Amino acid sequence: MTSSPARAARNARRFVAPSVLPGFGLTFGYTLFYLGLIVLFPLAMLIWRASDLGASGFMRIMTEPRVTAALQTTFTLSFYAAVIDLVFGLIVAWVLTRYSFPFRRVIDAFVDLPFALPTAVAGISLAALYAPIGWFGAPLAEMGIKIAYTRWGILVALVFIGLPFVVRTVQPIISELEIELEEASATLGASRFQTIFNVLLPPLLPALLTGFALAFARAIGEYGSVIFIAGNIAYVSEIAPLLIVIKLEQYDFAGATGIAAIMLAISFAALLAINLIQAWSRRRFGHV
Amino acid sequence: MSDAVFTSPPAARSRRRPRAVTEDAPSARYALIAIAVIFLLLFLFAPLAIVFSEAFAKGVATFAEVFHEPDAIAAIKLTLAVAAISVPANLLFGLAAAWAIAKFSFPGKSLLITLIDLPFSVSPVVAGLVFVLVFGAQGVFGSWIKAHHLQVIFAIPGIVLATIFVTFPFVARELIPLMQEQGTVEEEAALTLGASGLQTFWTVTLPNIKWGLLYGVLLCNARAMGEFGAVSVVSGHIRGLTNTIPLQVEILYNEYNSVAAFALAVVLAGLALVTLGIKTFLEWRHADQLAARGGRRH
Amino acid sequence: MPQQGFSIRIDGVEQDFGDFPALRDVSLDIQPGELVALLGPSGSGKTTLLRVIAGLNAPDRGSVYFDGEDATNLAVQDRRVGFVFQNYALFKHMTVADNIAYGLRVRPRRQRPSSADITARVEELLRFVQLEGLGKRFPAQLSGGQRQRVALARALAIEPRVLLLDEPFGALDARVRKDLRRWLREVHKETGLTTVFVTHDQDEAMELADRVVVLNQGRVEQIGTPAELYDKPASSFVISFVGEAVALPVTVTDGHVNFAGRELHIDTHGLRSGPARVFFRPADIAVATGGDAELEGRVESLRRTPAGVRATIAIDGFDQTLEIESPVETAATLGDKVPLSLTKARIFPAEANGFDHIADGI
Repeated sequence: MTSSPARAARNARRFVAPSVLPGFGLTFGYTLFYLGLIVLFPLAMLIWRASDLGASGFMRIMTEPRVTAALQTTFTLSFYAAVIDLVFGLIVAWVLTRYSFPFRRVIDAFVDLPFALPTAVAGISLAALYAPIGWFGAPLAEMGIKIAYTRWGILVALVFIGLPFVVRTVQPIISELEIELEEASATLGASRFQTIFNVLLPPLLPALLTGFALAFARAIGEYGSVIFIAGNIAYVSEIAPLLIVIKLEQYDFAGATGIAAIMLAISFAALLAINLIQAWSRRRFGHV
Repeated sequence: MSDAVFTSPPAARSRRRPRAVTEDAPSARYALIAIAVIFLLLFLFAPLAIVFSEAFAKGVATFAEVFHEPDAIAAIKLTLAVAAISVPANLLFGLAAAWAIAKFSFPGKSLLITLIDLPFSVSPVVAGLVFVLVFGAQGVFGSWIKAHHLQVIFAIPGIVLATIFVTFPFVARELIPLMQEQGTVEEEAALTLGASGLQTFWTVTLPNIKWGLLYGVLLCNARAMGEFGAVSVVSGHIRGLTNTIPLQVEILYNEYNSVAAFALAVVLAGLALVTLGIKTFLEWRHADQLAARGGRRH
Repeated sequence: MPQQGFSIRIDGVEQDFGDFPALRDVSLDIQPGELVALLGPSGSGKTTLLRVIAGLNAPDRGSVYFDGEDATNLAVQDRRVGFVFQNYALFKHMTVADNIAYGLRVRPRRQRPSSADITARVEELLRFVQLEGLGKRFPAQLSGGQRQRVALARALAIEPRVLLLDEPFGALDARVRKDLRRWLREVHKETGLTTVFVTHDQDEAMELADRVVVLNQGRVEQIGTPAELYDKPASSFVISFVGEAVALPVTVTDGHVNFAGRELHIDTHGLRSGPARVFFRPADIAVATGGDAELEGRVESLRRTPAGVRATIAIDGFDQTLEIESPVETAATLGDKVPLSLTKARIFPAEANGFDHIADGI
């Protein structure tokens, strides 16, 4: 350590601000190397292989009825699932932050279960629950409602895995809401209902949108928890990620790559949307 | 309140102690709590409960038998081995990335953070596929790998790579905000007192981030052991060889061996519960030593 | 435990943060054992200069010498500077004793004292900073003043060649500050260390330091003893930043100073003609007794003080009021026009660098 950090820092100053702390070159270099090796290079390969398909090859894959159906199933159900998560996630976050009731802490911890529970486990247990002989499936079947092995089953699984995204994004914002704002609103003559809609909800909007986008993005890519309950009937309850797997098993690499490229583009779009929401939120509300 | 009825003028009698303006009406409160709790019971608690219920449906003995199956034992061993490689790999990366990003200032930092987060936004199936495209028989390095008699896809290296990919951001994204919050002043103090760079890291930086580090490693490990989609694509599902616990669960379930499938699932659910327990404990006990909560995604 | 202090020489040091020049051609000599204050408003570069001396910042140009030896490229670990950080930077996860022992424990094995010696040294330092018996506490369990003393003990443990303190009293409340000031002076006397501290509080600098370096916008405005700064301020910035001062806008014409149509009897020291500013301290203006009134003002308010009467006076032709103190017997009555004379004043050209910036802050 007797070498000269002063001089080293001066040499590196074109890129990094001078600092007396050592190790920037090593850690930064390793970060880029590892990121490139594990994430960027493989993803670039996917984009490269997808570009090999050419516009016509790409269009051929995309207009395949089975592909169109799978993408449509994935997007539609992901959207509905995210909407359901948005509504119930807000209620859960509000209840957990604002009210006190028995087992609140335990229930709060439980919200993270879909993050922690492996998707395959979630998949088989949801399938078992909603199967015609399952805890929920049997009474529903008596009413003539079928969930497992239909599109409803996919929706149930996607709601399950998306819920914590909304709750955990909205919760900290609710707890930061200043009670004075509500009191001010009340002193100005607003009813509780008016206060909620005019004072409380607007600052929550960015967090709600972010949570919605996160849940939606996660649902689009979800595989493990869906395939067990979906029934996986082509054109009906077959999701896009599953179709990638099927194409791979048939050694249709071009087809798999094409669908994967579309999904990757959606991921990037979702990421961009989330960043834009957060940038807007920072400007508008000073928080994310 | 009873004597108030007699002493208060009639107008005041009708109003009881007014509710705080920031409180919702009790009816609304109870209704919302009921909606939330019932929703969570149906959608979160029931799936967890049924794992245990199904696993023990035919008694403890049948449950225990599953763990004598060679395939199950192999799956457990493989899962542990994969986690034992991928978690330390991402831990090392997380530390390096957090040191470079949090302790120094350079242009393009937020882009770098976005790129580090990227694997969270990629579908697990796509994550598996990219490694097939790189290392598979038809892949970029396919012929080279074949010529050297190596195997990545449908073998353990592929499983490890896919697992590292999907768990890539966990440690880094926990440490970066935490270390940014802590700044560099304690490290500077250590340096003025004569500590070397490594000494500073071990004696000052690491103790300050240990709970956050544990938190990140915990989540990374839970995901590494439970990953299904990405691993499923690269594994080849060779029994006793390339099946991790989640893949073994799938096979058993598809064979209608429900008890065995759920018995193995109990292992993973138990891991999830332990993870949640420690996570909750850390958030409760060491909240000040974790990165500020909010907007996290896993 | 008197230690030999080293001299410090700063030679032409410059540092830029991006486009912002934090230090511009700073040179100064600090004598062995001297207690020097770096005084300036925020953004003046005083902390940057202290960090350059410590080796925490590498200057873009210029050199730093310790005891005549070039230390510019010497790593911070090898400089043996005792640095006390503004918010102390105590290691939160270590006890007070471990904090103090840190600098000894991280030494290479050959130079490291035995653990018994380290314990003894820690005890000695705890006694020295009057924190005996608190070695097992954690920083969070101490008051601000105690933390400050732990930080100092930790810095002294490595037997530094110089002691550097960044805003040592900044985070403390007024009463503790006063006690610690006196105590720091004693520490300096006992250790004999060359000591440099940064402050934005001119009282603190004047009370404690042998010499004060006044910094403004990255430049040294003046280096001098407190008396020199009071009596011979080198620039308009110094006179307005160090001690209270009133500035009158004047015009200089061939050696004559004119304020709102009146001539002030001030030696211009050959100042060239043009707009200028006359600075004087509240103590240097008094109600004129003879016929030598240079200024006239109206008494706006009167307030009794232990020594006499403090009057707020609006000067004709000037939009600011000023306060003067006079003995009870000469006191004027409210609304009176009173003649005023300056006993001492200094004049600087109006475009003097940095003046306007500082005038806002008064």
